Amino acid sequence: MIIVLAILFPFLIAACIPFIYRSFTKLHLGWFVLAVPVTLFIFLTTYIPQIAKGQTFQHTVEWIPTFNINFTTYLDGLSMIFALLITGVGSLVILYSIFYLSKKESLQHFYCYLLLFMGAMLGVVLSDNLMVLYAFWELTSVSSFLLIAFWHHRKASRAGARKSMTITVTGGIAMLAGFLMLYAMTGTFSVREILDSLGGLQDHALFVPAMCLVLLGAFTKSAQFPFHIWLPDAMEAPTPVSAYLHSATMVKAGIYLVARMTPVFGGHEVWFWAVSLAGLITLFWGSFNAVKQYDLKGLLAYSTVSQLGLIMCLMGLGAAALHLGYSKESVIYTQATFAALFHLINHSTFKGALFMMVGIVDHEVGTRDIRRLGGLMAMMPFTFTIAVIGSASMAGLPPFNGFLSKEMFFTATLRIMELDIFSLETFGLLFPIVAWVASVFTFIYSTILVVRTFLGKVKPERLEKPPHEAPIGMLISPFILVGFVIGIFFFPNVLAKNILQPAMASVYPAFPSAAELTPKISAWHGILAPELWMTIAIIIVGLALYKTLPKWRPIYRIIPENYTLNALYERFIGMSESYSGRITNTYMNGKLSYYFFYIYIGFVTLAAGYFIWSGTFSWTPTTDSPIEYYELILVIVMIFTAVSILFTKGRITSVLLNGVLGYGVALSFVIFRAPDLALTQLVVESVTTALFLITFKFLPELKPERTSGAAKFSKALVSIAVGATITFIGLTAINYDKFLAISRYFEDAYELAGGQNIVNTILGDFRAFDTMLEVVVLFIAGLGVYSLIKLKAKKGDADVEN
Amino acid sequence: MKINDVILRTVVKGIVFIVFTLGIYLFFAGHNAPGGGFIGGLVLGSGVILLYITFDIETVHRGMPFDFKLVAALGVLLATGTAIGSIVFNVPFLTQADNYFHLPLLGETHLTTVTIFEAGVALTVVGTLVTIILSISEDE
Repeated sequence: MIIVLAILFPFLIAACIPFIYRSFTKLHLGWFVLAVPVTLFIFLTTYIPQIAKGQTFQHTVEWIPTFNINFTTYLDGLSMIFALLITGVGSLVILYSIFYLSKKESLQHFYCYLLLFMGAMLGVVLSDNLMVLYAFWELTSVSSFLLIAFWHHRKASRAGARKSMTITVTGGIAMLAGFLMLYAMTGTFSVREILDSLGGLQDHALFVPAMCLVLLGAFTKSAQFPFHIWLPDAMEAPTPVSAYLHSATMVKAGIYLVARMTPVFGGHEVWFWAVSLAGLITLFWGSFNAVKQYDLKGLLAYSTVSQLGLIMCLMGLGAAALHLGYSKESVIYTQATFAALFHLINHSTFKGALFMMVGIVDHEVGTRDIRRLGGLMAMMPFTFTIAVIGSASMAGLPPFNGFLSKEMFFTATLRIMELDIFSLETFGLLFPIVAWVASVFTFIYSTILVVRTFLGKVKPERLEKPPHEAPIGMLISPFILVGFVIGIFFFPNVLAKNILQPAMASVYPAFPSAAELTPKISAWHGILAPELWMTIAIIIVGLALYKTLPKWRPIYRIIPENYTLNALYERFIGMSESYSGRITNTYMNGKLSYYFFYIYIGFVTLAAGYFIWSGTFSWTPTTDSPIEYYELILVIVMIFTAVSILFTKGRITSVLLNGVLGYGVALSFVIFRAPDLALTQLVVESVTTALFLITFKFLPELKPERTSGAAKFSKALVSIAVGATITFIGLTAINYDKFLAISRYFEDAYELAGGQNIVNTILGDFRAFDTMLEVVVLFIAGLGVYSLIKLKAKKGDADVEN
Repeated sequence: MKINDVILRTVVKGIVFIVFTLGIYLFFAGHNAPGGGFIGGLVLGSGVILLYITFDIETVHRGMPFDFKLVAALGVLLATGTAIGSIVFNVPFLTQADNYFHLPLLGETHLTTVTIFEAGVALTVVGTLVTIILSISEDE
């Protein structure tokens, strides 16, 4: 229960932000918000000892039990890692943002979105129910969209936000389809229960499609090739956001999903190749492209893409162990997954620190372009320290945590060659080679990051502001992260035992002992270890290539501008916009009578079509009750009114006649003993008549229509068809038995809902979900009308869109 | 153009109270007899609109200084709030409870949480109705 509250806590505070913001104008809003992740982080750490012992915590709040959708939280080792990262890095980022964002920015929006994101992300990693997970997943995309577009007056920010939204939400919908397929196979949305009913699932026809769709969601979110193009553009966001969402947490949601689904899909060959190859290509492509960047944040963005690829690749390699099943020999292959989780934490520490470092440089100097930077070491010694440690860890050098996980990565790629499943005997060599090449590029861009920014000559004439060291507040967060970078190197096994070991148990639930899956991490494997020589070769080759970079830079121009992934994406979006615009314009011609045609023809085809297709039309006049004379009078009056509307000359007359029709309907409700409906109909009729009369002052005089005979004929035809369909449905409804009878609710309304008025018990109880959502829709519609009328641009106003 | 419609104003002053009373009666009658949140809200809303039609906007605003957008928002908050509230009591989302209580003056009374939900519906209807009509009629 308390974990449910932990997820809802950020949302609650986000709702209170406007009030806090207004009441405490003196203090920076960030200080209040900081309390949220810190509280949650401390709360989560109290669970670490129990989780380390292998305990898990599950709690269900019933939400829509009829559809198996329940708000089930599940805290195990895997969720723990992510939850700690979300709250831990979240605290540091918010602390940093207090000094990064001045009080002139619209802080209430910024922190509101940030808290929304935090809550959504906690929801993703702590939900057991796939539908709930999906909802939170999309919420992270939405909040990321809002945060990227935080400086929405910039065109690039809006474009970046739209791109990230388009790509991640497309993937999200694919994932939803995958989840529904899983539901079709297993009959449950709970990950726990899906794991229990795994037997024989692999042979199901939907197994591979479901897997591919789920992977599509994970790959788009985690910026895997070729979907990585959104991440560099997302760097338009304020730097704290980039550090938090686009390096430490949100982009790792895809990895979380892959880790969570590994026990379900992991043993399959398609999974192994899809995950490890996507990761491998991304690893190479990201690091290769990072080298050519001039913008420091762009460089870090591609580096993040590359590192995400590394983690993804390791997750794929680790899945091989599931194919082999549990044995003394197969345990060794689980170490790839272990390395993935280890690198996940390491990456968050050093990349978070590096992003904050770049933010400091940008903030204090006014530019992030490495062609204008240089020689900042003397002016910004602390920032320089952060940069050196972070970059060295990223490049995989000792004595920093990145070294340990990179060595483990090499070990995993070397070991996978020994396997003879999945045709690895032929293609296995690919892994260590590509991994090594990508690591060389990683080394190069890490060098560029430090050398081009901090060494060399200062170019004061090219900088916006005179460089100076950042305020202490901005340095605290990156220094804490850097502390972890070093601390984890010296005491990796503390982390391994308490945090990583329970997570391994979540990824390999079928393996008996989690302790067995936890290798002892050591920095030194002996002088003959191939990993060591790979690292040494990286340094030598990397330095040589860095020195000769200007010579081989033209390599990046091999792919013509028109055929880069970005250009293809832009072309695709542009074309779909113009085509859909053209198609829409053909039928949305602005003429109301056409729209009525679409609506009514659609209605007749669907409704009448269904009854004819299913053959349920039946009319047995003998069972109908007799028609009373007053009913007949009412009907004749209504027919007469309806026909006379056609021949009226003025608007007022037609509206009043329309009112007569409405009251006629209300009267028939009275006759057939539906007082609720009659009352509602009467009031609705009065209010709409008033509304009509108010709007008339905007309308021109009613002119006689000049239409051809054919048009008149087709209109008459459609009208008659609609009328016939309604009659037809009314007559059939009495004998229709395709749905369950609802009379049980009539009879037991009082016991079931405590009310005798069946209409109201339906509205407030049996179908309360509908009513609740209708209320929300009504409100949104009202706001829509209000803002359309009140906020429309005045004549002669400047065009705000640029 | 300003018509001095004394008769209309005098009649409306009396009628509005009847309309409001009817609206409130319908709202509370809802659970066991015809009525309920939606119809109650509609009647109340049409009463407000009647006031706006008879008198001008400023006069009515002096008497009822509500922002009807906020009224609608409050309604939505109440309706969704009772739905979420059920989670706190560890029952499925949107579960409603009812029971009999002995209250001073009213005697044995049937109280339900549906009433709060319905109050949300009613407020949303009133707020949205008045907001739409006001913004259309104020438009130049």
